[in-house]
Amino acid sequence: MRPFSYSRAEDIDTAVNEVTAHEDARFIAGGTNLLDLMKIDVIHPQHLVDITHIAHDTIENTEDGGLRLGALVTNADTAYHPEVEKRYPLLAHAILAGASPQLRNKATDGGNLLQRTRCYYFYDKTTACNKREPGSGCAAIDGYNRLHAIFGASEHCIATHPSDMCVALAALDARVQVTGPDGSRTIPFEDFHRLPGDTPEKDTNLREDEIITSVDLPPKGFADHYTYIKNRDRASYAFALVSVAATLEIEDNVIKDARIALGGVAHKPWRNKEAESLLIDKPADRDGFQAVAAAIVKEAKSFRYNEFKIELARRSIVRALMEASQTYQ
Amino acid sequence: MATNHIGKPKNRVDGLKKVTGSAKYAAEFNAPGLVHGVVISSAIAKGRIKAIDTHDALEIEGVLHIFTHENTPGLAWFDLSYKDMDSPPGAPFRPLHSDEIQFNMQPIALVVAETLELARFAALRVKVEYEVETHNTKLADSLDEAIEGKGFRAGFEPPKSIGKFEEAYEAADIKLETEYFHGAEHHNPMEMHASTVIYEEDGGLTIYDKTQGVLNSRHYVSMIFGIKRKKIKVISPFVGGAFGSGLRPQYQLFMATLAALELKRPVKVELTRPQMFSFGHRPITIQKLKLAASPDGSLQAVSHSAYSETSRFEKYVENVVNWPKKLYRCENVEEIYKLVQLDMYTPLDMRAPGGATGVYALESAMDELAYKLNMNPLELRLRNYTDEDKGKEKPFSSKTLKECYRVAAEKFGWSQRNPEPRSTREGHNLVGWGMASGIWDAMQTPARAKARLSADGKLEVGSATADIGTGTYTIMTQIAAETLGLPMEQVTAKLGDSSLPFAFLEGGSTTAASVGTAVKYVCDKIARKLLKEAGKIDDSPFKGAKMEDVVFRDENIVDKQDDSVFIPITEVMKLRGLGTIQKKTTALPNFLKQNKYSRNTHSAVFAEVKIDEDLGTIKVTRIVTAIDAGRILNAKTAHSQILGGVVWGVSMALEEDSFMDHHYGRFINHDLAEYHIAVNADMPDIDITFVEEEDHVVSPIGVKGVGEIGLVGVAAAIGNAVYHATGKRIRSLPITLDKAMSEVSAI
Ligand SMILES: Cc1cc2nc3c(=O)[nH]c(=O)nc-3n(C[C@H](O)[C@H](O)[C@H](O)COP(=O)(O)OP(=O)(O)OC[C@H]3O[C@@H](n4cnc5c(N)ncnc54)[C@H](O)[C@@H]3O)c2cc1C
Ligand code: SF4
Repeated sequence: MRPFSYSRAEDIDTAVNEVTAHEDARFIAGGTNLLDLMKIDVIHPQHLVDITHIAHDTIENTEDGGLRLGALVTNADTAYHPEVEKRYPLLAHAILAGASPQLRNKATDGGNLLQRTRCYYFYDKTTACNKREPGSGCAAIDGYNRLHAIFGASEHCIATHPSDMCVALAALDARVQVTGPDGSRTIPFEDFHRLPGDTPEKDTNLREDEIITSVDLPPKGFADHYTYIKNRDRASYAFALVSVAATLEIEDNVIKDARIALGGVAHKPWRNKEAESLLIDKPADRDGFQAVAAAIVKEAKSFRYNEFKIELARRSIVRALMEASQTYQ
Repeated sequence: MATNHIGKPKNRVDGLKKVTGSAKYAAEFNAPGLVHGVVISSAIAKGRIKAIDTHDALEIEGVLHIFTHENTPGLAWFDLSYKDMDSPPGAPFRPLHSDEIQFNMQPIALVVAETLELARFAALRVKVEYEVETHNTKLADSLDEAIEGKGFRAGFEPPKSIGKFEEAYEAADIKLETEYFHGAEHHNPMEMHASTVIYEEDGGLTIYDKTQGVLNSRHYVSMIFGIKRKKIKVISPFVGGAFGSGLRPQYQLFMATLAALELKRPVKVELTRPQMFSFGHRPITIQKLKLAASPDGSLQAVSHSAYSETSRFEKYVENVVNWPKKLYRCENVEEIYKLVQLDMYTPLDMRAPGGATGVYALESAMDELAYKLNMNPLELRLRNYTDEDKGKEKPFSSKTLKECYRVAAEKFGWSQRNPEPRSTREGHNLVGWGMASGIWDAMQTPARAKARLSADGKLEVGSATADIGTGTYTIMTQIAAETLGLPMEQVTAKLGDSSLPFAFLEGGSTTAASVGTAVKYVCDKIARKLLKEAGKIDDSPFKGAKMEDVVFRDENIVDKQDDSVFIPITEVMKLRGLGTIQKKTTALPNFLKQNKYSRNTHSAVFAEVKIDEDLGTIKVTRIVTAIDAGRILNAKTAHSQILGGVVWGVSMALEEDSFMDHHYGRFINHDLAEYHIAVNADMPDIDITFVEEEDHVVSPIGVKGVGEIGLVGVAAAIGNAVYHATGKRIRSLPITLDKAMSEVSAI
């Protein structure tokens, strides 16, 4: 770990100013990802701006009937919030499928979006990793890539985004509110994370001097028909190999809206809206679910150790939709 | 025999200290002027260090010194000096000895600074240039380079075939040939390896070390640094788990000692979690089994061969293929054990070394044979049950395995088993049942103990053994209290201190039998002295009394015939004017008696699993195990040992896997987020029964040992249950979801 300076911001403006004023500065929220990476010298900011005192730590209703999750609300408080439990149970389930109680108590909603990949090579400085050190190569492509992507990977990086929460947020079409030196903007969730392309060092489209202030949920929560399935190597405290957030809106056994987001399979929570639309105005049955699943995995491409993910993703999608079609409040 | 303490479910005497944080571990000791060392690990698996540039690091204020092979003073000349009590055959690794890199993550420098933060920072500024050579870390591709697995090592039995395997195999009706594999495991105790070394004014050293044997650490330091043993004190009162990782002195001990001697200051070196993957693991084995039986299930021939990894510099051997002769009545057994030398650190004993993996393969193959014979797997075990070790042609000193099978099968409900694989379904899940046997060695090693009784009736007993979380403190206290008729609160047990009387390493499930016996003997000595003194008191009813005539109970010496005749121990001390009574003793195993027998613990394990085949999810829902481990000294701590073993077995079966990236020759999932150890949510109901039979051949106190047997057999029982559930035989561990997923699926 290298020496760094530290300051504490009391509001959004100072936070943004501080980050702009210092070279190589970063925000720190729960610290559950950032500090781990600093300790092993994968990330080495010269300055940390502590944002845990900037407020933005509440959950509030929005004018359009949705819900605003302050960036500094902890993952635990979000999952157990009565409005989230009631109106967005998919989100609560996804959060609780992640990490451990201790981590969720510390981790924030803003930080969750920005957690880095769990690719082994990213964590080991003696290996080649374009995400850690652009231009150095990608050890995972010919290495141990069991955890890695089957969608949207590039020849430069095949890492996955590890978050569970974000998979639910993708399915819910959340919006990310951010503020930077030039003011505030809203980023639709699907545009927040990016594919690796030839710049895998960039995980998201957030600029370095921008701060996340909240994550906004639209009114539609799919509380009647939802499922989050997380396939992993142990029952708790393991990242998803493949996860699926599925939501359905069903009227008279006819599907009116459907969302399928996959986790652990791409550099971002993976959605395929074209495939999802296959379900619309169709009955909620296995044939339809199988057809969508097949359409989604058609694009998948595997590497030496992760071939199983394609079929696992297909089956998980079908299973998730079957379960979602049966869930009632 | 009625007892007050022994056999009872007593709480750990050190429990309060542990849960309140007042138990101190090696890295928690402090001293004025303490400085910190951080180890730099090699980034390559094989080659040479061309240059180490420490200039930038040394410029930082507060950085005191950087030890590398270039500036490390000439130490012991001979490889032999680096040997420790647990060394396998070969030449031990010598840290900072030369520019040669022998394995990835080899320690190549130690940065010492005033604070840990500075040392860590400075370590990042050290630049190392390597000359890379081609390495080989791949066991599977190197089997043609295998050499014979032999050599002298404590506890190792070189393979020995009996009868005529080939002939018997060819002639038999039913034959099975199969192959098993398991990944590498790292010990990963919660506490990382650490040493705090205090340089004393007289040039001596006080060393707080994480170790399973303080005397081993002292020997190692003494030999390498040429310091007289009596000037070195090694202390290790608490160990946060070890599982074998503390059986050999690890390099942090070398590093901290080197720095303390050179800088003449107290130095602490603690390894990082990734570095916990740098010094020894349970080696991968590839095992082949051939079994032949007659149609009634009688084994006609067994061949068990194993290929195992080792380093280039040491030949690590363990008992992988030696178990069929002990478990089954078969006259023709072939044992083949081979090593492949690779560019990695030497493997290291891990809980039930060899047994956990060898018995896994054997008991899985036995299950395959049972299905081939269309026979109940339990029935097959019973058909081939043996009362003698076929290799040694000796009976067992005790063996209640048959009863273990019976008790565990009954508790599990095995008789309700539907023999057909894939026959039971529950919602999305297939349900499967499997069973396996376990076996491990039972040994007593020489041990010494001392005891001191004070006038106030307080007793202190001590031996230089360790308590790695197993409960050694507690059983020493129980045995002493029992022998002298004292409440446990009046007894203090001391261990983990090299100034105490000799004890061997805390490993191989030998401590209770060995140190327990020494404690018993030394307390007997005190008892005899007390009785003798009691006899000397005026008008004593105990004049001329013999030990057989009295009992020690409720802090009194009591006449066996007449309860009303007694004298308090403190009265004896007072009336005889005794300040203290001190005794020392040595408990040696009775080799003559022991050599007539084969000595083992046994177990029966039954497992239930539920598998969602579509997604590959496996949940172990029940484990029932019955254990034959001789006399149980403490029902609670013994139960915990077996619990821990079962948990490990589940973890080994389904999760643990240190993955070697062969391109880099480096274990790549080197943290606890990605090296998966079973968590609480993975745990099934675990039902444990001890089928006790005191074994006075293994040890005079009847104990056989419980540290490892709980693990052996668990992985096989789970693998067998997976087969019963799905009809799919998975022959490699861990059984992760990708292996368990069905080929075709209904969804
Ligand atoms: C062992 C382990 C297991 C885990 N398992 C899971 C799991 O199964 N599923 C899962 O989803 N997650 C898991 N996590 C990840 C955990 O959810 C994240 O570490 C956590 O959400 C990050 O939040 P934080 O507040 O601690 O972020 P920090 O570590 O403080 O920050 C992370 C990054 O976000 C930036 N940042 C933080 N807040 C803001 C903001 N408001 N605006 C702009 N930038 C910001 C920081 O600069 C930093 O770059 C696990 C973590 C660990 C350590
Ligand atoms: S997959 Fe991405 S993160 Fe992993 S090694 Fe390759 S570039 Fe680095």
